Amino acid sequence: MARLRSATDLGKKRQSILSRRDPSKPCVTICSGTGCHALRSDQVAEAFSREISSNGLRAKVDIRRTGCHGFCERGPIVVIFPEETCYLGIKPEDVPEIVSTTLVKKQLVERLLYKDAEGKKVALEGEIPFYKHQRRMVFGSNRLIDPKSIDDYIALGGYSALAKALFEMSPEEVLQTVKQANLRGRGGGGFPAGVKWETTRNAPGDIKYVIVNADEGDPGAFMDRSLLEGNPHSVIEGLIIGAYAIGSREGYVYVRQEYPLAVSNLTVALKQAHGYGLLGKNILGSGFDFDVIIHRGAGAFVSGESSALMTAIEGIVGEPRPKYIRTAVSGIREKPSNLNNVETWANIPLIIDKGAGWFTSIGTEGSKGTKIFSLVGKVNNTGLVEVPMGMTLREIIYDIGGGIRQGKKFKAVQTGGPSGGCLPESLLDLPVDFDALTEAGSMMGSGGMIVMDEDNCMVDVARYFTEFLADESCGKCIPCRAGTEQMVTILNRICDGEGESGDIELLEEISEVVQDASLCALGQTAPNPVLSTIKYFRDEYVAHIEQKRCPAKVCKALISYYIDPEKCTACGICLRNCPVEAISGGKNLVHVIDQDKCTKCNTCFEVCPTRFDAVVKISGEPVPAAVPSGTEVVRKKGKQE
Amino acid sequence: MSKVRLNIDGKGVEAEKGMTILEAARNAGIDIPTLCYHEKLAPYGACRFCTVEISRNGKGKDGKTRLVTACVYNVEDGLIVKTNSPKVVKIRKMLLELMLASAPVLSELAKEYGIEKSRFKAEVTQCILCGLCVRYCAEVKGADAITFVGRGTKRRVAFIDEVVSTGVCMDCRECFSVCPTGKIPRETDGAFFEGLTVQDVLARTRGR
Repeated sequence: MARLRSATDLGKKRQSILSRRDPSKPCVTICSGTGCHALRSDQVAEAFSREISSNGLRAKVDIRRTGCHGFCERGPIVVIFPEETCYLGIKPEDVPEIVSTTLVKKQLVERLLYKDAEGKKVALEGEIPFYKHQRRMVFGSNRLIDPKSIDDYIALGGYSALAKALFEMSPEEVLQTVKQANLRGRGGGGFPAGVKWETTRNAPGDIKYVIVNADEGDPGAFMDRSLLEGNPHSVIEGLIIGAYAIGSREGYVYVRQEYPLAVSNLTVALKQAHGYGLLGKNILGSGFDFDVIIHRGAGAFVSGESSALMTAIEGIVGEPRPKYIRTAVSGIREKPSNLNNVETWANIPLIIDKGAGWFTSIGTEGSKGTKIFSLVGKVNNTGLVEVPMGMTLREIIYDIGGGIRQGKKFKAVQTGGPSGGCLPESLLDLPVDFDALTEAGSMMGSGGMIVMDEDNCMVDVARYFTEFLADESCGKCIPCRAGTEQMVTILNRICDGEGESGDIELLEEISEVVQDASLCALGQTAPNPVLSTIKYFRDEYVAHIEQKRCPAKVCKALISYYIDPEKCTACGICLRNCPVEAISGGKNLVHVIDQDKCTKCNTCFEVCPTRFDAVVKISGEPVPAAVPSGTEVVRKKGKQE
Repeated sequence: MSKVRLNIDGKGVEAEKGMTILEAARNAGIDIPTLCYHEKLAPYGACRFCTVEISRNGKGKDGKTRLVTACVYNVEDGLIVKTNSPKVVKIRKMLLELMLASAPVLSELAKEYGIEKSRFKAEVTQCILCGLCVRYCAEVKGADAITFVGRGTKRRVAFIDEVVSTGVCMDCRECFSVCPTGKIPRETDGAFFEGLTVQDVLARTRGR
């Protein structure tokens, strides 16, 4: 690898890469992000390689294994350029047909295309509703590049923002541009990145650090992971630009050990950037030196908190410290240390390249640019979505997410990860914006978005997230450690049907102190799931406590299973599948559940054929008595079919 | 050293720049209760018992006051500190009630705040995880014989057998006298301090 010694060298490099590439040459891209990888996209890629060779097309078709495209629900995803024909859910056995039909005959394989709700087929990736309503400026390059190829990144104009910063702008100008762009931190707090940079830049000391926070640990969230896996150079380029503006010569990427593909792609990317002289001494001949160290985290959620992350980098247990003196002033080894999240850094090259004015033209008054969300839960289209700030929750869930699964009724959406809040249907038109979400009792967080339907019990949901946070609390300060523990105890007893009057008020009383007195943001935000569900779904708490009823029929202690004798056809399916032999009955005899034996595992409810729907869940009312033995209704099998 | 002037509970107080609110208050004879603070140790900010309400010139940002821990927050010119505001008292009472569930030995201290009985249940360990023993052993003695193990609700204090067995901690026993609940001496020596008074608890955290 030849070092690039100037901005001109970088430009020439780009030209030479482009000159060897023919945009009209077919290229099969196979998503190799974590979701598609889990669905064996590696085997799909190998099948393409074999099939293309055996058809004698090796010289005529390129193959590229790209980063995550976002529509993980429907992986493995294959997109064939230059048309950008998109095939979803591809298995190795589909490959010969794709090669012979699309690559050889230039025709579509209809059965592998996206089908919308009305059965209409969509051939182009960008036309699929899931993608059509997005604005993918940070995440969009993932589908175009092989994350292990720096040339792919440079071909798209990669590192030109770095060259612009180094040769056309002073560090002060770079800083001012980021400040003017009003880029707010994508990791949770939404603190203005430019202001943070300025604090570190102005803090006394020669040694300063810049750090990438890739300790994403929210259940169901994977946007930082996919960005780091799919486009590592965009994060590295942002980090180098930040280091230049701040006056740092050493950076860290704190990445979870549980993200092996991110670590591996990042390692390759750093090595390549070094080889090209984009890292190390005298970057692009500018005289600016900068290097990056990867620190693999051991996987504690609390280590995503800035002071805990920095002590973890020092090799000490990751526990937060009081931050009345900010880490931007005193961080790693008490040196000024600027920490930003993966997505924040990936925005930097775009802002430098296109200017603050361009960036501020997107979004709302207080929240500029786009945000990537992990859209998961009970929506039809799950995956990673990038939308301009200000888009409403309804547009994200219905237009992009395709609405609720199985035509069920929407109940709540939880934004912001485990310590976010649950927002009800009445707030679906809320624009996604840092301040609007906080105002509503939730938060932007790092971009988790979990959709829930009528089958979710909101008390159970609050219990799940509070339990997660109690488990992930480092235990250093009393309100977070003991407060969340007691909140879990109370939530457990409510779900177990042992809630007492006054429990809601007690939860609120503890919550207030945990919010006000906890040491770090984990504790300060830990009561959000409880407080938001009490605020918007108080009736569910009341039903659990006063009527011993779980309206969503989720909490095991409050539900019973019952077989409707009018609907039972004595088919025997539930009887055979019951793991504890709690169902009696026989051929032509209506089946009956022995309530004493039943463990409420839900198996009978799931296996009872939908055309019978004989197994029902009951909550808050007594189970109808079974008919006396010997007088069971006798049914002919299949009578009602 | 330059001086700063602040107001604590209505009293004008002069303090050195770089001092914490706690130091300034105690110098001026105003008591702020602490449990994890010790004069010989670096401030830790874990028990949150020294939480105070601050504002600047009568109002904070957006006219709101802030709740900060006095043991780590540095004094500022014009700072107005309330050490016993209703919010502060509410926090201390809840903290005590939470602690009392696992450390009933603190009942005398709890009574001082009007708490006769905790509404909570927890495993009784008689330890509030203030970390005084751990930090004293590390920072003052340099022995590192005691440590925290586990995370969150599973967090416990433990002697490190490998260190203890070298004999380094045999005759020191200084951690006995810093433990506010008497857990350490009880479990190592059987010498449990029965009937702890409020003064016992608070005095031992102050290293006097």
